[in-house]
Amino acid sequence: MFEQIRSNQFRSIVLVTAMAAVLLALGYVIGIFFFDSAIAGLIIALIFWFIMSLVAYFQGDSILLSVAGARKISKEDHPRLFNIVEEMKIASGLPRMPDVYIIDDAALNAFATGRNPDKAAVAITSGLLQKLNRDELQGVIAHEIAHVKNRDVMLMTMAGILLGSIVILAWYASRMLFFSAMMGGSRRGGGGGGGGGAQIIVLIIGIILMILAPIMAQLIYFALSRRREYLADASAALYTRYPEGLASALEKLAASTNEVKSANQATAPMYIINPFRKRGKPAADLTSTHPSIQERVRILRSMGGGASMADYETAYSSVKGKGIVPKSALAGATPGAVPLRETGPSTEAVEAEPGQVQRTREVSNLMWRKQNYKTIECDCGDRLKVPPDFKRPQIKCPHCGRIHKV
Amino acid sequence: MIAVYIIVPLLVLLLIMFVMTYNSLVRRRNQMQNAWAQIDVQLKRRHDLIPNLVETAKGYMKHERETLEAVTNARNQAQKAVGTGVGAQSAAEGELSGALSRLLAVVENYPDLKANQNFLALQEELTSTENRIAFSRQYYNDSVLQYNNKTQMFPSNIIASMTGFKRGEFFEVQVAAEREAPRVSFS
Repeated sequence: MFEQIRSNQFRSIVLVTAMAAVLLALGYVIGIFFFDSAIAGLIIALIFWFIMSLVAYFQGDSILLSVAGARKISKEDHPRLFNIVEEMKIASGLPRMPDVYIIDDAALNAFATGRNPDKAAVAITSGLLQKLNRDELQGVIAHEIAHVKNRDVMLMTMAGILLGSIVILAWYASRMLFFSAMMGGSRRGGGGGGGGGAQIIVLIIGIILMILAPIMAQLIYFALSRRREYLADASAALYTRYPEGLASALEKLAASTNEVKSANQATAPMYIINPFRKRGKPAADLTSTHPSIQERVRILRSMGGGASMADYETAYSSVKGKGIVPKSALAGATPGAVPLRETGPSTEAVEAEPGQVQRTREVSNLMWRKQNYKTIECDCGDRLKVPPDFKRPQIKCPHCGRIHKV
Repeated sequence: MIAVYIIVPLLVLLLIMFVMTYNSLVRRRNQMQNAWAQIDVQLKRRHDLIPNLVETAKGYMKHERETLEAVTNARNQAQKAVGTGVGAQSAAEGELSGALSRLLAVVENYPDLKANQNFLALQEELTSTENRIAFSRQYYNDSVLQYNNKTQMFPSNIIASMTGFKRGEFFEVQVAAEREAPRVSFS
């Protein structure tokens, strides 16, 4: 049920292979243009891709986390978040507890990294931690853990590296081409006039490829990303047995208009929703990394009586008119066989759970602490936040004027 | 001679298939057994949490001595029942769930307790523990389903019956009280 998704990645493999083909074609053309040998170009493209892959494999997650400005937190910093991550770790059967990171950003978003289930991390924005209740947070974390469990992180990293290689190579090639044209005359000019017509055709095809390659690669990348999002939603429903949690979280995410400050085009597919989406734009077109939120919510809500992959498949095809879940993942799963939990184990506690105001306070205290601010409780009820570079031995409460030792 | 060229690779292929299928059966059985052990880990977590809860509640709940004692007793019984077999253990856990529900129902009458920071933290831990128990049972059942599919589906079922892989047992809640998760509601 879980592994099948991982093993049946036929479509994904086809897409990644297509990207690799684009990269090789690009290398081929570059080789013919600049080195008079297609092999040289292919080798350059491969070496380039190999080095980038190595870096991504060993450093990718830490680069991603530091680009996003994520800070690692421990259980004491936010017990509820930590508990939820651990619950989802148990539900998904992940071998090791993922590291938990928090991004100081009012936008509502989350992502997961890690090249394999043994070395994973989930990061969520402080805005998300404020806005979502326990069930919703559980849905989001389940979605992220599903990305880890389904090996999407690995796959998207590999695809991202291919994309990056293609974009960079095409950029340099087009500059070089432009430059050599400026210098007057091609380096292959000495080849004699005989093949002139053929050469021009090759040149034109090459230029077209250089322009199209990055675009093609990007479209493939986006298609891959959208597909994995649906599957992660299906797994999240299965782990939590409560699709409504994720659905209502996604609705809250959709209602917020903040963009994630630290996201960029390359890291966008890592997030639970597209960090750059514009409001009111139907996001399910070709150039989007994520399917439209409304559609994802509709699928989750129409899952009816069960939480299995088969139920998600039925819901997906009733909304979209075709299937998404790989056949092998459906083996032995009949719709309705996996019942939803009647009320979430924690919905009973919803009223007791901290409300929005208290959650906001929790999170802001957490962020102050993470920035090494000291807090002093004043008798007048004020809470003083002392910056880490504050040198003087005492501080006056701005509210009531009492003097405190630092 | 030609027969040898055909038969030998075929046998090798069969052997490789046998080894791979056997290994994946073992992997799934281990995963299932590990999932079962995880449930006990979470139950232990629940047992460890309860003395704290009772201790914190005691200071505020002067008139609920019996309710508190019932929880402590049920907890001790449940702890003793660890390892005595699925039936006895889940009966004891069911008792504990019932006692906890009764305790949590009377918390309603003690607003001071509900505002206590320590108690709020315990409340989160208790909610999470109940979730963890539910999720670890859920994962165990998912693992059993995977394992059973493997032992019953062609062609792996042949190897499973040859090498003595038995069906896994699903976890089913046996006690009525256990079926209702304790209401962790402090509202």
